[in-house]
Amino acid sequence: MAGLASTLGAGAMTNSIREIEDVPVIFVIGSNTTESHPVVSYFMKRAVKKGSRLIVADPRRIDLTRWATRHFQHRVGSDIAFLNAVMNEIIRNGWHDRDFIEKHTEGFEQLRETVSRYTPEYAGEICGLRADEIRELARILGTAEKVGLFYTLGITEHITGTDNVRSCANLQILLGNIGKASAGVNPLRGQNNVQGACDMGVLPDVYTGYQKAAFPDVRRKFEAAWGIEKLPDGEGTKIPAMFDGIHHGDVRALYLIGENVVMSEPNQAHTVSALKKVDLLIVQDIFMNETAEHAHVILPAACFAETEGTFTNTERRVQRVRKAVEPPGLARDDWWITAELARRMGYDMGYTSAEQIWEEIRSVTPSMSGIAYRRIDHKGLQWPCTDEQHSGTCYLYCDNVFPCGKATFRPAEWKPPAEVPDEEYPFVLTTGRRLWQYHTGTQTRKSGGFNDICPEEMIEVNPDDARGLDIRDGDYVFVFSRRGRLKVKAWVTDRVTPGLCFMTFHFSEACANVVTNNAFDPIAGTAEYKACAIRLERA
Amino acid sequence: MDGRHIQTVDGNTVLNVARQNRIYIPTLCYHPKTRQAGKCRMCVVEVERMPGLQTACSLAAREGMVIHTSTQRVVETRKMIVELLLANGKHNCIACEANGACELQEVAYRLGIEKPSFPIAERDMPVDTSCPMIIRDMNKCIHCYRCVNGCNNIVVNEVLEMGYRGSRMTVVCDTDKPMGESSCVVCGECVQLCPTGALVEKKAMGKGREWDTNQTRTTCPYCGVGCQIRLHVRDNEIIKVTGEENVEPNFGTLCVKGRFGYDFVHSPHRLRKPLLRKNGRLEEVSWDAALDFTAEKLLEIKKTSGPGSIVGIGCARSTNESNYVMMKFMRAVVGTNNVDHCART
Repeated sequence: MAGLASTLGAGAMTNSIREIEDVPVIFVIGSNTTESHPVVSYFMKRAVKKGSRLIVADPRRIDLTRWATRHFQHRVGSDIAFLNAVMNEIIRNGWHDRDFIEKHTEGFEQLRETVSRYTPEYAGEICGLRADEIRELARILGTAEKVGLFYTLGITEHITGTDNVRSCANLQILLGNIGKASAGVNPLRGQNNVQGACDMGVLPDVYTGYQKAAFPDVRRKFEAAWGIEKLPDGEGTKIPAMFDGIHHGDVRALYLIGENVVMSEPNQAHTVSALKKVDLLIVQDIFMNETAEHAHVILPAACFAETEGTFTNTERRVQRVRKAVEPPGLARDDWWITAELARRMGYDMGYTSAEQIWEEIRSVTPSMSGIAYRRIDHKGLQWPCTDEQHSGTCYLYCDNVFPCGKATFRPAEWKPPAEVPDEEYPFVLTTGRRLWQYHTGTQTRKSGGFNDICPEEMIEVNPDDARGLDIRDGDYVFVFSRRGRLKVKAWVTDRVTPGLCFMTFHFSEACANVVTNNAFDPIAGTAEYKACAIRLERA
Repeated sequence: MDGRHIQTVDGNTVLNVARQNRIYIPTLCYHPKTRQAGKCRMCVVEVERMPGLQTACSLAAREGMVIHTSTQRVVETRKMIVELLLANGKHNCIACEANGACELQEVAYRLGIEKPSFPIAERDMPVDTSCPMIIRDMNKCIHCYRCVNGCNNIVVNEVLEMGYRGSRMTVVCDTDKPMGESSCVVCGECVQLCPTGALVEKKAMGKGREWDTNQTRTTCPYCGVGCQIRLHVRDNEIIKVTGEENVEPNFGTLCVKGRFGYDFVHSPHRLRKPLLRKNGRLEEVSWDAALDFTAEKLLEIKKTSGPGSIVGIGCARSTNESNYVMMKFMRAVVGTNNVDHCART
């Protein structure tokens, strides 16, 4: 989000899902689309059937490559060098959009200078690609009528995550693929309401619609709307700093809503010791889970099928959520629980329905003020939607007006992941999802059939590596990193290249986050889930 | 059409024209998403100055066309088609999951076919139950090609194909593998498109027919695509999920999680009561006890260590409304900007 906010202005998909079918060249980097966003992959594959070219850049031979025109298997954590070299080639051949750059962008000279150092030969060494492969990609992207770029956590979950995102944006700005249909920079959001949680200002530096908490007039507006004398200034702490804060004694109370942090945060031991130390751990969730076991108080919540409200999808579309069944036992809506806490602490929010809350949200959020429940009864609306006559925005920046005036190139230098393989830990472990399970498994592992298809975790190991370690398909192996060890079944497969392994965090019995590295992007605070060094041993 | 003067745009099919003007033409193989397959011939109509009967789904409307949709010849042809389909499979509605939602049953009903008049063919193909989510009973297949079309052209998973020839013709997975052993990714598009009970949701078996359920439109709780889904509910239980056709973002398609990953809602492991830790153990308490304890403790920590010592992590699964209230709570009530959630990237 920080990466897109600093280049284009809004931390969201620039374009819409339905436009994918008409993208002439689809460039997917760091997204295992068929498994993590299957429905988006249908659009991509239909586009291929209609004649589009699909270019996949991913260290693993993911299923999407079955439909790909070309697959570039660059090394984990080499994205910036890779994209810089591609941009270098594009500029060298004059394939960049000079007119667009001149009229609507800033910082081109700095970009040109930075990327000029990344020759295909130099970057190829870093990426594990041949120089002519990088030239080929530059030609495909540079000579295309339009390119739509899609990425997911393969780009963001690195210590250089923000710079990775900026590099994606730089490429698309360079090619003028912004502000038009079937193009753009498109992060695919991994959870139903990640976009919405960001949009609602559940972030340490912004209120709803990314209104900055640092701006006094923003705070004054919310002070007036909420009847509060003084709202806090200064930036709050991000999740990693929260756990560090507990360890340092600065943080005494942690209020968690629906976050199974034991499973989802990197370096599990670090997380668990923090939860054991904190004076007050409030867990509001739908299930007892690995995190809730440490709680002082557990507040049972209603789930999606038991509540009214809205989710905002990855393409900025606000859509209705409706109550279909009664919650179990005494479980209540998340908002009811939080508002009750507020009331007992002396502040009565006075809410009686989700719609009443939404009305307040849109009254304080200009980019959503046109979105009313009755307008999204059948079909959701995409923000910005500034008044009730506005039909929503399917792609951003259509008039080449950017929130910060002009689109800004933010050149980035490549640097390696925080932890790279060495003699002691010779393999790179990267992580992600499988089609058949979801996140920490709290939903799919409690739904029938999924455990029959995908009953346990498997670590993907290349056949060459497996042979060297005397590991056969289906054998159990120990995985060691500097932070922990676990036992898991091996899946010997050429989906991964030699030297690379892959795991998920779906199974508590063998959760990748026991071994992942709690190194963070300094700007976004996102952990480097996608790269750490491990050692394997046959169990 | 049927004596009415109708204007339409060039290239529109006769079927579309009829449907747009509320004239009934039955179809089995046609589906708005997979379009005409030209297989079932249920949609035949008579067109003046054209020989034989024409299939409305594949016939482009033209200036001056005179179309009759329900002449005796048309109705008898349709009846014969349904009779032959009924005779060619095991179409017993009594225990069929599709009863009430079956399009073959619907056309038989509209044509007044109460009892098949031909002897039923001996057709006894084993029912494929190898997939944990989908049951395939090819004895109920009418060869409409919708599933094949959907699998190859809508979701492009390229698993289903028509195999064998003549009377042995049937839909196969990959090279005629059981579905559970094939490359199928269990998106269930085939089930959603199937006009009969040949493809049904396994977990919904015996849990209720179409008319037993209430349906609620909502948004999928899994990834960020935000697919529009319909929850089919009977007695406070979600018994199945279908994709909402004709609307963004998913236009009816779903993935395995969205279509089949719903029963966690009714898991016995759901939290049902507030729990408070007493003497090291979590005990069930009332809402008042849990909330009063929490509020008092937060106030105490705020007073002794300042609002900055309290942090909150919101939920990327919960609604906008709940997230907003959480954000407001942390800023306005606790008095801190220490609020975050898992996906800042």
